[in-house]
Amino acid sequence: MSAQSLPGAKPGLAAAAASEGVPSVPRRKSTDEPAWVRRLLIGSALAFLTLFLFVPLGTVFYEAFRKGAAVYLAAIVEPDALSAVKLTLLATVISVPLNLVFGIAAAWCIAKFDFHGKNLLLTLIDLPFSVSPVIAGLIYVLVFGLQGWLGPWLHEHDLKVIFAVPGIVLATVFVTFPFVARELIPLMQAQGIEQEEAARVLGAGGWQIFWRVTLPNVKWALLYGVILCNARAMGEFGAVSVVSGHVRGQTNTMPLHIEILYNEYQFAAAFAVASLLAGLALVTLVLKYVVEQRVKASMKVQHEH
Amino acid sequence: MFLRRTLLRRHSVLPGFDLALGFALLYIGLIVLIPLSAAFLKTFTLSWPQFIAATTSPRVLASYRLTFGASFAAALLNAFFGLIIAWVLVRYRFPAKRVVDALVDLPFALPTAVAGIALTAIYAGNGWIGKWLPFKVSYSPLGVFVALVFIGLPFVVRTVQPVLEDVNRELEEAAATLGANRWQTFTKVVFPIVMPALLTGFALAFARALGEYGSVIFIAGNMPMISEITPLLIITKLEQYDYAGATAIAVVMLVSAFVLLLVINALQAWARKRQGGV
Repeated sequence: MSAQSLPGAKPGLAAAAASEGVPSVPRRKSTDEPAWVRRLLIGSALAFLTLFLFVPLGTVFYEAFRKGAAVYLAAIVEPDALSAVKLTLLATVISVPLNLVFGIAAAWCIAKFDFHGKNLLLTLIDLPFSVSPVIAGLIYVLVFGLQGWLGPWLHEHDLKVIFAVPGIVLATVFVTFPFVARELIPLMQAQGIEQEEAARVLGAGGWQIFWRVTLPNVKWALLYGVILCNARAMGEFGAVSVVSGHVRGQTNTMPLHIEILYNEYQFAAAFAVASLLAGLALVTLVLKYVVEQRVKASMKVQHEH
Repeated sequence: MFLRRTLLRRHSVLPGFDLALGFALLYIGLIVLIPLSAAFLKTFTLSWPQFIAATTSPRVLASYRLTFGASFAAALLNAFFGLIIAWVLVRYRFPAKRVVDALVDLPFALPTAVAGIALTAIYAGNGWIGKWLPFKVSYSPLGVFVALVFIGLPFVVRTVQPVLEDVNRELEEAAATLGANRWQTFTKVVFPIVMPALLTGFALAFARALGEYGSVIFIAGNMPMISEITPLLIITKLEQYDYAGATAIAVVMLVSAFVLLLVINALQAWARKRQGGV
């Protein structure tokens, strides 16, 4: 915060000296680097980002359209591609709301109450982030697979989880598990409980407090969490790959469809489908930027009040 | 009312504790804890010598070396350039800075499979960058390193950036007044302040790289003993219906991940303390 208390330029020694009548030679401030150092740092940062970020991003779109718009369109409206898009959307539409409800419930108890085992709960919420996606898929195979705990029972009742849509949804839920909770908890902790308590004293019920007081305060962070959750859900590859069984037109999500096309040397088609997901990633980044500005603005308003 | 009575440390007038915590615990239990415990219980079906054999065969050891080595090297490169990028974004003005700042998060948002095929195409022998290089990148261990650099890139930038923004410029002025040059001010004043965040970012990038699968398998070439990462080996074993073998390797990776998680938590606590103290 102290950086903001110094308005605009930092009043270094050079500025102080200049105001006291010393001939004002345009000098470098004591806390600035020489111009060549600045240029070198900016240059190397941009070179690194270009090499590892901008070129890969550009490549996706370049390769997608290299063989013309007709090939691009054909790759996207092809039945297998469409069914992959549908399955990806289905898994996302189920897993994001589930994790949204969980995120709100977890944030409500962690941010608004003081209880034993809070830190343990926080660690458990983070756990899926540190588990490799491949292992996330594997553990569901161990539970629901034919040799797994529930496998024989599921088989008897003619139910399929692994190598079918439910498994894909479960794997997606696992890898996107922490996103909403992670965005909500710090913000709700910072906001405290005074407003909710005031509402309670004034006679509001639990749901009224939530809908009228808490939710309006966290709506941007909530949206941000949902955006991140959504991006990861649509793009998940490793976990889904383990449980999907790769049946074309049935249990293939978009990322898996890209893999199949790529391994069949249909590069233009693979990059065409990839460009849809890359577009989604760019939309995610734009939304993230917008929401971040909103969160900053709303935090500022709350500080002033 | 059971949870409220037994767990709550301080009385609260707010409702919904039992419902919220009850649901959260049930959900974590069903989605995360029970399935994860399946991995550990499955390994207990192996005898100790079987477990050792499954987790230390030469092919598995080679995959650990590659996975841990490439992850470490990638996190190291990201720590170096991540600090520069964070510094440049916080301290300097240059064209399109906001766009660059927003794009740093691209590896978080771009599906790993998309990143994988793009990097493979670029760094292949006939690719945009690959054709200028005298050595092989795609389909070699170096390709694994490149993919891991990509996916780990935002971690260091995003942990160091906020700390750097909060560095009190008056400290730097004081250092300059006392006769320190810019480099001394950076190494003796600024760097110690951002160091905990830098280490945290490094650990996060390293942890993420250890488990990465999607972006790596396209570019690695996946030759056993040479460019085969551990997560791929787990999948290979699964496809051969060697469930116990796959799970044994998974448990080794899980334990390393949990240890790292503890280290990261400790680092973050340290960073908070340091920031609070300055």
